Amino acid sequence: MNLSKKTVLSLRSVALLYLLVLLVLPIGVILYRSFERGFGEFWAWITTPAAISALQLSLLIVAIVVPLNVIFGVLVALALARGKFRGKAALQAAVDLPFAVSPVVVGVALIMLWGVGGWFGGIESLGFRIIFGLPGMVLATTFVTLPFVVREVEPVLHEIGQDQEQAAATLGASAWQTFWRITLPAIRWGLTYGVVLTIARALGEYGAVLMVSSNFPGISQTLTLLVSSRNHDDYNTFGAYAAATLLMLLALVALVVMSLLEATRRRNRDDD
Amino acid sequence: MRRLINPLRIGVAWLWISLIVLLPIAAITTKAFDHGWSGFWDALTAKNAVSTLVITVWVSLLVTVINVVMGTIIAWVLVRDDFPGKGVVNALIDLPFALPTIVASIVLLSLYGPDSPVGLTLNATQPAIVIALAFVTLPFVVRQVQPVLIELDREVEEAAASLGAPNRVIVAKIIIPTLLPAILSGAGLAFTRAIGEFGSVVLVGGNIPGETQVASQYIQQQLEVDNQVAASAVSVALLAIAFVLLGVMRFVGSRSAKREENE
Repeated sequence: MNLSKKTVLSLRSVALLYLLVLLVLPIGVILYRSFERGFGEFWAWITTPAAISALQLSLLIVAIVVPLNVIFGVLVALALARGKFRGKAALQAAVDLPFAVSPVVVGVALIMLWGVGGWFGGIESLGFRIIFGLPGMVLATTFVTLPFVVREVEPVLHEIGQDQEQAAATLGASAWQTFWRITLPAIRWGLTYGVVLTIARALGEYGAVLMVSSNFPGISQTLTLLVSSRNHDDYNTFGAYAAATLLMLLALVALVVMSLLEATRRRNRDDD
Repeated sequence: MRRLINPLRIGVAWLWISLIVLLPIAAITTKAFDHGWSGFWDALTAKNAVSTLVITVWVSLLVTVINVVMGTIIAWVLVRDDFPGKGVVNALIDLPFALPTIVASIVLLSLYGPDSPVGLTLNATQPAIVIALAFVTLPFVVRQVQPVLIELDREVEEAAASLGAPNRVIVAKIIIPTLLPAILSGAGLAFTRAIGEFGSVVLVGGNIPGETQVASQYIQQQLEVDNQVAASAVSVALLAIAFVLLGVMRFVGSRSAKREENE
């Protein structure tokens, strides 16, 4: 199909204009607002005690959620790629479920399960606080990030096949040796990609965490909760912009790492 | 590898998914029916529940249509057009996925809020919700259509052109039919995301019942006034819409895959 120069140019203008108005302009405005009083002021607002504690809490949640997702995510991916069992299609569908659930619904569902009067509410009455405590925020973040590692690792497992694993087993390697020496090195890039996606989503999760957090500044606020409470409750617009810009920079780092990993993976695939 | 996948490990996989995902969903569904079917129905047909669901679905449909048109155009420009800086534009598409939703919300507030630098104050109106949802759902259609356009056989188009088919016919008879499954699946993903969206709407939406309150905000509000059955019932309604849509997409997807195999 040969389009006239005029059609090509107008399609290009429409696409670029849409992206400019929807993405670039708003992000430009907030960056300008964050730094219009100089870098010092920005720095001051992201290093207040509440901001530092929010950053620490966000990182703590990431530090708990990532290993959980790696261990169980790889296990689920192995079961889906290698196992033959009844109900596999159901397990497949269950893994994708979190993508279809609203973050607020995740929070409410967790409260109905773990909260006072919930199915597992008994744990709360033993004095172990889940909802409105750290375990609740970890559960919420794990829920929304659960598919990433599974969905990145499973196709790689299919792609590499089972020949090498079977050869290792025939030569007398134990299941663990086979996993550590054959399977894990083969899936490392897919796994890393899944971990980066998990980290990005865990740092950025808002709705689900909001529902299960007590939301006290300096105690139970993550970075995302800090942004909204500064803007909504304190009417501290500048502080909110600064915290949002910090989160945006973290997202940007994740984006760059993701495209680098994607390039590495493509190169590895081409080498094979 | 048999030994790594013994029944015990499959059991652990199920236990993990159940504990994290399935049990909470089961608990909220049971809660929605705490007062039986009639209690569920009453909660869903309460005046504000109906209006919030209508607003949510209507706004999400509008955003889906915008995505279908703009997403396809953007994908086309990224694949077929060439201009300096295309790589940057391509990377930009993923930004809404990487950006935390609350940041998206505050970013839009800084542009369309009370002290808008362009003099366009839209916060607490439905257009603001449409913009917020369009922001977070931007990548879906683009990223579904792009790979299909790259794979699309240009020889067929050239053959049609050399046989004298005008562009309008080539678009209608060759390009659109090939892209349609990808466009529809992108649209389905965007719609599912839109009806459940919360973070990006929170700061710009206004949360006005009957006007700009979306379903997730209504659910949060009902939980705050300790009306757990109402919160759960609307949650279950959202879940049901998403599941039906994704189920249909899966069914249609597997059928068209089978048809391709048969051809």
